[in-house]
Amino acid sequence: MPKEVCGPVLRYIIRRLLQMSGVIVVLSLLLFLWLRSLPGGTVSAILGERATPESRARLEKALGLDEPIYLQYFRFVGRALRGEFGASTGVLPGRDAFDIFLTRFPATIELSFLAILIAVVVAIPLGYVAARSRGGWLDNASVVASLIGVAVPVFFLAFLLKYFFAIKWGLLPVSGRQESLGCTRVTGFFVLDGLLTREFDCSWSALRHLILPAFALASIPFAVVFRITRAAVLDVLDEDYVRTAEAKGLTKQVIRGRHVLRNAMLPVVTTIGLQVGALLAGAVLTEKVFAFGGIGEALAIAFQMRDYSVLQVLILMAATVFVVVNLLVDISYAVIDPRVRTR
Amino acid sequence: MTDPLTSYGQSRKARIDALAATSVAESGTVEEAPGLSLIASAWQRLRRNPVFLLGAFITVAFVLLALVAPWVAPHDPAVGYLLDKVRPQSNPVPGPEPGFPLGADSRGRDLLSRLIVGARQTLIVGVFATLGGFLGGLVLGTLAGAFGGWVDSLVMRIVDVMLSIPSLLLAVSISALATRPSQWTVILAIAIVQIPVFARLLRGSMLSQRSSDHVLAARALGIKQSAIVFRHMLPNALGPVIVQATLVLAVAIIDAAALSFLGLGNPDDRKPEWGQMLGQSQQYLADYPHLAFWPAACIIVVALGFTLMGESTREALDPKSRR
Repeated sequence: MPKEVCGPVLRYIIRRLLQMSGVIVVLSLLLFLWLRSLPGGTVSAILGERATPESRARLEKALGLDEPIYLQYFRFVGRALRGEFGASTGVLPGRDAFDIFLTRFPATIELSFLAILIAVVVAIPLGYVAARSRGGWLDNASVVASLIGVAVPVFFLAFLLKYFFAIKWGLLPVSGRQESLGCTRVTGFFVLDGLLTREFDCSWSALRHLILPAFALASIPFAVVFRITRAAVLDVLDEDYVRTAEAKGLTKQVIRGRHVLRNAMLPVVTTIGLQVGALLAGAVLTEKVFAFGGIGEALAIAFQMRDYSVLQVLILMAATVFVVVNLLVDISYAVIDPRVRTR
Repeated sequence: MTDPLTSYGQSRKARIDALAATSVAESGTVEEAPGLSLIASAWQRLRRNPVFLLGAFITVAFVLLALVAPWVAPHDPAVGYLLDKVRPQSNPVPGPEPGFPLGADSRGRDLLSRLIVGARQTLIVGVFATLGGFLGGLVLGTLAGAFGGWVDSLVMRIVDVMLSIPSLLLAVSISALATRPSQWTVILAIAIVQIPVFARLLRGSMLSQRSSDHVLAARALGIKQSAIVFRHMLPNALGPVIVQATLVLAVAIIDAAALSFLGLGNPDDRKPEWGQMLGQSQQYLADYPHLAFWPAACIIVVALGFTLMGESTREALDPKSRR
């Protein structure tokens, strides 16, 4: 990167980093207040409904719940920084909540990655073709298809796929992440692990388990990426430089590749990064249908069983990942598009 | 100054702001129909748009069904007519028989009647959640727009924080706070999530109108500030708000289903609602998928109707698409 580009980008990154730390403080405060206002609360969760006032008071003292609220918040932050969130009470009783996050997180990353891959591979070409034939039957059909994608609840789509491909036709596994093949664990990413240890049957099994949930989850980014691609291509097609290129007599391939697609991809690339939040919400629903064993399923169970330790670690980590990915999107945008840096 | 927390929030913001900007786009004439106002020319194009017509047809049919539901339903949706046919082991869900074309649910209640009456509850959830979001947004947006200064900064800061959190996750978190979940806690959770969207939309359209010619003219005539806001600015903001409201109605119905699926919905099923029926059908999925298919099909068709109508109206209002 030339020097005159590096400076502003660096300054931009530092500004966004500072902003991000502010965001995480606000989020941790919100999370703390939210946890404190959940019905039941920690004491009832541990002691049950029929606790005596004395035993409640004793436990409150032991947990530091009788201290001023700001002190409790600082304690909460301190514990969170050390990764101490307590033991799970519902998802996997007795296991350390942070451990549950660590073992389950790779599953959700694998799933989201494949879902985005599927969505991009289908949605970008489709969006491009739809924009080129604006108002034609293909355009109208794919616009309606993307709107149907919005109207179908993602967990119902997951169920449809599961019912037909797994239960009725038996083509793919019904639930879980992998058959029990005694696979070696290296990274926690099951497909990658199999490739690394050359246990290819493990990779294959993990991949087969991924297909249905990934297609269900892909419906969320698909609709968005398709719509953005179509809109971006339509915008670019109208630009003067495309008309100039046509007037110059450039070939269609050159105009498409160099002038239209490259410029239209700017908003598309950033939109993909922005889907992380929506994907996480979708993963909660999809993973529950397929009992997939990622953090989405853990979140769904934790909400149902009021597993506060797991809830706080998952939400805090998910929020952090969400904010970091957003930051990366911003930075990549600043690198691709010089106009952003001057804002 | 008002950078949103995440670029995710920023992109949602941009979408809302673009919609808000359509409320001042009426100046200038339209080539195909010179002299028509924005609304009139939008209607000219919508009348011939098959996508809009399909959406409007579905929506009107749904609302009519919801209105007449109790008189159309063949049976009482809360009475277990076929309860004596329910065998927990061998036959947990009675199949179709004369008078009960779709069979019954696991408590022997007529599925068809529950679907028909469910239209009304579903409409209630959608309309009240949207209305709650709109009213909350109206208060916040007008507050921010009218006072300006630090009130504006503070309100918009809160709005931006809320926009930065994925809406379904926020709705789930809010409904988890309810001690006793009910239909109203579901409506409240979904409404709260929609408040920032409407607030930003209303404030945006007020701001973009502040410097427009018709407001300038009104001010020059010496019309009171409150009259300008309520008689000149709010009516122009109506187009974008209606578009957003139709889209939110679809989202509200789908989100209510997701909350039920996660076990955070209304546990009282004497008054059926489609999202609740879909959420509760999960345990019989493998053997009796029709219990999920019917309410899901209803939700999809209705959500599609609202979305088609909202999206095509948005496109018609957008001056960019009028070329």
